[in-house]
Order: sequence, then structure tokens, then C-alpha cells
Amino acid sequence: MEAIINLTYLTSVILLIVGLRNLSSPATARKGNIIAAVGMGLAIALTLFIPIEGSNDHYFLIFLALVIGTVIGVVVSKRVEMTAMPELVSLFNGLGGACAVSISLIELYNYQETNALFSIAEHLTTQLAMLIGAVAFTGSLIAYGKLSGRVSDWKIPAAAIVNIVFLAITVGLIVYRVAVPSGGFVIPLVILGLSLVYGITFVQPIGGADMPVVISLLNAFTGVAAALAGIVYGNQVMLVGGILVGSSGTILTVLMCKAMNRSLLNVIIGGFGGSSTSGVAAGEQVVKEASANDVAIMLRYATNVSFIPGYGMAVAQAQKVCKELDNLLSIHGVIVTYAIHPVAGRMPGHMNVLLAEADVPYPSLLDMDDANAGFPETDVCIVVGANDVVNPSALDDPGSPIYGMPILEILKSKQVIVLKRSMNAGYSGIQNPLFFHEKTKMLFGDAKVSLQKLAEEVKALD
Amino acid sequence: MEAVISFVAENPMTLYMVVLAVYLGFELISKVPTVLHTPLMSGANAISGVVIIGAILLVRQSALDDYLSLILGFVGIILGTINVVGGHAVTNRMLEMFKKK
Repeated sequence: MEAIINLTYLTSVILLIVGLRNLSSPATARKGNIIAAVGMGLAIALTLFIPIEGSNDHYFLIFLALVIGTVIGVVVSKRVEMTAMPELVSLFNGLGGACAVSISLIELYNYQETNALFSIAEHLTTQLAMLIGAVAFTGSLIAYGKLSGRVSDWKIPAAAIVNIVFLAITVGLIVYRVAVPSGGFVIPLVILGLSLVYGITFVQPIGGADMPVVISLLNAFTGVAAALAGIVYGNQVMLVGGILVGSSGTILTVLMCKAMNRSLLNVIIGGFGGSSTSGVAAGEQVVKEASANDVAIMLRYATNVSFIPGYGMAVAQAQKVCKELDNLLSIHGVIVTYAIHPVAGRMPGHMNVLLAEADVPYPSLLDMDDANAGFPETDVCIVVGANDVVNPSALDDPGSPIYGMPILEILKSKQVIVLKRSMNAGYSGIQNPLFFHEKTKMLFGDAKVSLQKLAEEVKALD
Repeated sequence: MEAVISFVAENPMTLYMVVLAVYLGFELISKVPTVLHTPLMSGANAISGVVIIGAILLVRQSALDDYLSLILGFVGIILGTINVVGGHAVTNRMLEMFKKK
């Protein structure tokens, strides 16, 4: 019996690994997700039915919880708009962290009551699982709030120092508690409280534009919390699954930072957005406005047109209309491409997902290097709701907070059209000199409406 | 410190597993195209819901009148299930868009 249990757990670990492997290649990604889900289902099913000595099973309670969780999970993931995916991932991640918190809290409480079964190493592991799970929980909720616009950016004074002190106190208390495990249950609750608050103060000072990086990091945290809990329960699936998420999440975080040419430390401590030291005064400079008719003519008779999508396209749900305009232009022999900045939108790959939804073929999507190489031959670049990723301050203004970030250098093309709702600054709060450049014309209005108008005007030209 | 040393002495396999799994995670992800970053993060997020196994074990082992464990364990299973099921479902939705028509 023991052998069968072990082999089944081993099988589910293999399925998780193979699933993750397949998830990291475009052709097999869907299959990979399903394989990982099967592995997870197998592990859960086995956990439900392995014989446990003196177990009360509580099957009714467990199945009730499984059904409630499944219904909520399926309904929420079906209903959510594709634009809201990033914050949903963050929310789900926070719930995983909360799950780690609730089980480690109980283990600590039971240890307090029975006072026998824990080794010091187990005690420490459980405390750390609670700490990391709690940080992932409240941190993810703040990240969710920031992405969905419910939590605004406000600075905590001297955030970096406050946070380091906070973390030091929390870890110090944990060490003290493990060394002297007596004196009621107040200390673990204080540790829990501090950890929950630390999650908030850790994420709050980080600018909204950096939330994808933070979510990826918090995802790694949840993985580590799960792995620590796995050590406590002596469960290998939890251990390996958790560590896999912890290490792959860390690598993913680093890759995302690299795409922005910044270090992880800089993201966490630096704070992005808010105060720009140089910043160009808005309003004093003149922007040139274009009419839809002008732009339509420009596009219709261009040879190469490149769309630069950003979060604004996702918000306006403009991807399908964008593809319509693309089709109309393609009929007339215009070569249409899409230049995708690695951090366009709110997550890497966000734009690719949206455009794939609108049936834009893979080869039309250019990554940053290919796109930059092609801009000198591009007649018109149309910026659809992107801002910071095309901000030339990153290239030539050392005082700008985004100085050094690689951008799409669309000013190398012959003409730039920016579709924009208003003259507000981008998500990072930084002013964009692109809008005032002599090559740039602005077409104000909701991205979807503007693209619709352009499509009509192009049709009317026939 | 002693506790750490004795833990290392008693659990060599756990340490091997941690080291190998860390390395495996790094290797699996280091060659991923940007396109897949979001779905991959979402898929990994679903896998981190593996912590639900702990919640199930906790509830199964709880005494009949241990209401605190039962309530927190019950809540833990719900939260973990949302993470696992919702995570895989939303990942699948993202990846469906890459499906060849």
C-alpha cells in the first residue's frame, strides 16, 4: 500500500514537472497546463484517500470546501475580462498564500497545545511558512488593488528603512519564539500580524507600473511557503511543486526586470513613477492634432505600418478593431506589423494574448529588437494606448526615472500617430516628450472609437 | 544551530530534493519566450496551490471537536481550491487564444 501511495505521488510530481516544461514552449503550452492540472488532481485525490491512522476524515467538510472552491474558481476565471487577467492571477496567488497561513497557524497552535510533536527545525519551518504565506497574501491583495485601480500609489516615508526594520523585528521574533517556545499563543499571533502588515508595506511603495514583477515575485513566495509546509507535513508533492514554483517564479521575475533594464533591488527599493526629477512641463509645449481622415490617407498609401499596442488597447478592448483596420490595409498591399515591447501592457506577453484573441497571426508580432531594426523602413507607427514603452526620455534624459530602459524607438520611423484619450501621463506618471515631437501627430479619443473611425475612413477611400 | 545540523543529518534526501528542484525550476524557465511569460506565471501560480494538500491533511487529522482546526482548515481548502482550479482554468483561457484556428 505504502509503495502504491509513493508511486502515485511520484507520478503526480512527474506530471507537474512535465507540465511546467510544456508550459514554457508555445506549441505545447496548452497541453502543459492540462498535464499539470492532472498531476495536481491526482495528488489531491490521493491525499483524500490515503489511510491515516486515527483519522476522522471529515469527508463531508472537505468535499464541501472542494466544491465551493471549484465553483468560485471556475466562475471567476470564466467571467473575468482578458484585460483583468493580471490582477486575477495576483488575487489567486494571494489566496494560495492565505491557505499556507491558515494551515501553519493551526500547526503552530496545535504545537502550543500538545507541545511534543515538533522538532525545532519543524517549528522554524512552520513559522517561516506562515511569514512568507502572509506576505504573499497581503502583498498580492495590494498588487491586485493597484492593478484594478482600487489602491492608489502613495509613498510610505523612508519605505526601504521602515521595511528592513519591520522584517528584522519579525524574523527576530520568530527566532526568539523558536528558541523559547513558551508563554501562550500571543507571540505567534504578533508574528502573524507583523507578517501581514509587512506584506502591505513591502508592496505599497512600489509603483503600479512594476506590479507584474511584484506579482511574479509574490508567486515565488507562495511556492516557497507551500514547500516549507511540505517539509512540515513530510509531503514530497508539496515540497517539489512549491520549490519548482519558487525557483521558476524567481527566474521569471529576474527576466522581467531584465526586460526593463533594471535590477530586482531597484524595483523593490527604487519606486517607479511619482516624482520625476527632470520631467517636461506639460501644456506649455504644443501638440499637433490629426484628423481621422488625414491618418486614414496616410495609412492607405503607406508601404509599412506598425502598430504599437499598450495597456490602453487592452482597456479599450480595441484589439479586434485594430485587426479589422489591419485587414483593410493589407488588402491594399500595406505591410502591417505589431511591435511588442516586453513589458507592454501590465504583464509580459499581455499584448500577445490580446492580439492572438483578435486572430493576428504570429509572424506579424515583432519583438523589440526586430521592431527597432525595422523602424527606419516603417512609414507610419500607430501608438495604440502605449506610453512609457515609447518614451524617448529613456534614451536621452538621464534625469528621467525610466532612463536606461530599452524602448521601442519609433521616432526612427517616418511618421508617428498616437491614439490617446487625453494628455494625461502614462501609468508610471512620467511625462512623454514623444507627444511633442515634430514627427508626432495626436489623434485624441478612445482607442477603439478612433480605430473604428480610421477603418471607416480607409473604406471610404475606395 | 544544533537544530539545523541535526535536521541536515536526519533529512539528506529532503535537501537533495530541494537543490535538484531549485535547479530544475531555473532550467525549465530560463528559455521561455516573452509571449508565454503571463500564461506561465499563471500556470506556476496554479501549481503553488499545491499547499491545499496540507489543508486536506490537516482537516483529515483533526479531532471531531477541534473546531478551530476544522474551521481554518475548511477555509484553507476553499482558498487553495480557488487557487488551483481558478489558476488552471484562467491559464487555459489565456492559452486557448494561441490555438491554431
